[in-house]
Amino acid sequence: MNKRHISKEEVEHIAWLARIELSEQEKARFTEQFNRILDYFKKIDEVDTKKIPPTYHVLNLTNVYREDKVTPSLPPKEVLKNAPKKEKRFFRAPRIV
Amino acid sequence: MPKLNELTAQELAQKILRREVTAEECVLSCFERIRRVESTVHAFVTLIEEEAVKRAKEIDKKIAAGKPVGRLAGVPIAVKDNICTDDVLTTCSSHMLANFVPPYDATVVEKIKREGGVILGKANMDEFAMGVSTETSYFGATRNPWDPSAVPGGSSGGSAAAVAADEVVLALGSDTGGSIRCPASYCSVVGLKSTYGLVSRYGLIAYANSLEQIGPVAKSVYDCALLFSVVSGYDSKDSTSVKTENKDYTRFLKADVKGLKIGVPQEFFGEGTSGEVEKLVWRGIHKLEDLGAVRSEASLPSLKYTIPAYYLIAMSEASSNLARYDGLRYGYRVRRDGGDWSTVYSKDRRKGFGDEVRRRIILGTYALSVGYYDKYYLKALQVRTLIRRDFEKAFKSFDVLVGPTMPVPPFKIGEKIEDPLALYMCDVLTAPANLTGYPAISVPCGFTSNKLPVGMQITAPPFREDLTFQVGYAFEQATEYKSQKPPLK
Repeated sequence: MNKRHISKEEVEHIAWLARIELSEQEKARFTEQFNRILDYFKKIDEVDTKKIPPTYHVLNLTNVYREDKVTPSLPPKEVLKNAPKKEKRFFRAPRIV
Repeated sequence: MPKLNELTAQELAQKILRREVTAEECVLSCFERIRRVESTVHAFVTLIEEEAVKRAKEIDKKIAAGKPVGRLAGVPIAVKDNICTDDVLTTCSSHMLANFVPPYDATVVEKIKREGGVILGKANMDEFAMGVSTETSYFGATRNPWDPSAVPGGSSGGSAAAVAADEVVLALGSDTGGSIRCPASYCSVVGLKSTYGLVSRYGLIAYANSLEQIGPVAKSVYDCALLFSVVSGYDSKDSTSVKTENKDYTRFLKADVKGLKIGVPQEFFGEGTSGEVEKLVWRGIHKLEDLGAVRSEASLPSLKYTIPAYYLIAMSEASSNLARYDGLRYGYRVRRDGGDWSTVYSKDRRKGFGDEVRRRIILGTYALSVGYYDKYYLKALQVRTLIRRDFEKAFKSFDVLVGPTMPVPPFKIGEKIEDPLALYMCDVLTAPANLTGYPAISVPCGFTSNKLPVGMQITAPPFREDLTFQVGYAFEQATEYKSQKPPLK
């Protein structure tokens, strides 16, 4: 590996932004793997893309609208059935503040 | 005489309709096979025998009463475990969703049921469809029916292995960077990734929306076209669904490629492509020439940037898609007291996701973060434009492009799992169809000296699935790979 693209501290920070906890050992392993991967990815740096528009989507869709019509939806019992914690008709969330 | 589970959907549906056999007999024949080989192959996460037999009996009753039944009446089918099935466990082969029971059917599942197809179970896959080997499943690897020490390909490895091992007659997979075509190639079956937008993604657990399509895995090109005819078509529940008329693609199956212009991109035979794959696929291309196709060399110079472009886009989309797993509405959550939401959430996501999923979420978050967005994500999208332009240009001169599906034959289980980049490289020939949205099929193209399958990929312009079927069918009719069965006992 020639150049380091991402440091262990950066991996720690990004993982936190993605809300994924990593152990110390995982941080070291992922940092090493990410550097190898990014080292390969840098191949696209050589492409001149100055005047090239991005392709976000192959269909070139913008907004898709439909009639604002009421259709049947799932009953609350069905919607809640996979929730690890619930109370009455609500999902129970951990403390936020 | 072949057993019922060894027949194609085409043969089986006919026998059932003519009342030579019952749907129940077909389903039971598959379960007998499953009991015999599943401990070796491990193609399924969930089996629903009782329900399947019940459904088969219902179909038999309808037939006996002379009521109309669909095009898949009584045909046993496996559904990849990232496609929602009402009241049947749908895990995405992840700890995160190990207990997830969807309250609704994906559109494709609804369509299969409407046509009388009988779902036998949910097929194993790489966790969240992120992989090329089906080794990252939380429930353990699927093995290749042709050699249980080799991978079946991925991420729809369970779907392809189940079809190849005659555990089911048809299967659904999903393809984000090659996840149908890779296992189809590695298991010597047929698999199609259609034009983006032709198959509804409603009820498909998202990984990278702008790239993925649900599609058929089958024993023959006819069966592949049949299942595709059933599952394709406009769906108002998927905003990226294309408004087209429903077609019966089995009508396009004529074994004739006379005068058809086939392009062979030199880039498909690059340094990463193994000699044995190259030899077998060239033999296949020459076979098409013998059948009257006109071959010349094509060029797709931007193809060498496929892997970075594909992975940067897929990882970025994944990081956003998988943010929904917060353990509130569904998914893994540990009972824990104290701690703020972010900390609790981070701990659950660490335990709920395997290594590869976490790697992709973190790298995707990185590629989308301030200061790196232009360098990675935007750049990848621009390169995607260039790859698309290469394809558009090539298809001005050719009807189809032909080459290998996979650069290397099936590798050993465990051989590459510690090296993420080595696994990423396996997508080099399949991911272009996802980046461009073009349809591509993989058909069996022979065996290596170790008796491991190799597939040939046929790519067509958008909405020309008929061409992929036509060329695939002509090739299948002229070769004998279809009739070969894996040496499973």
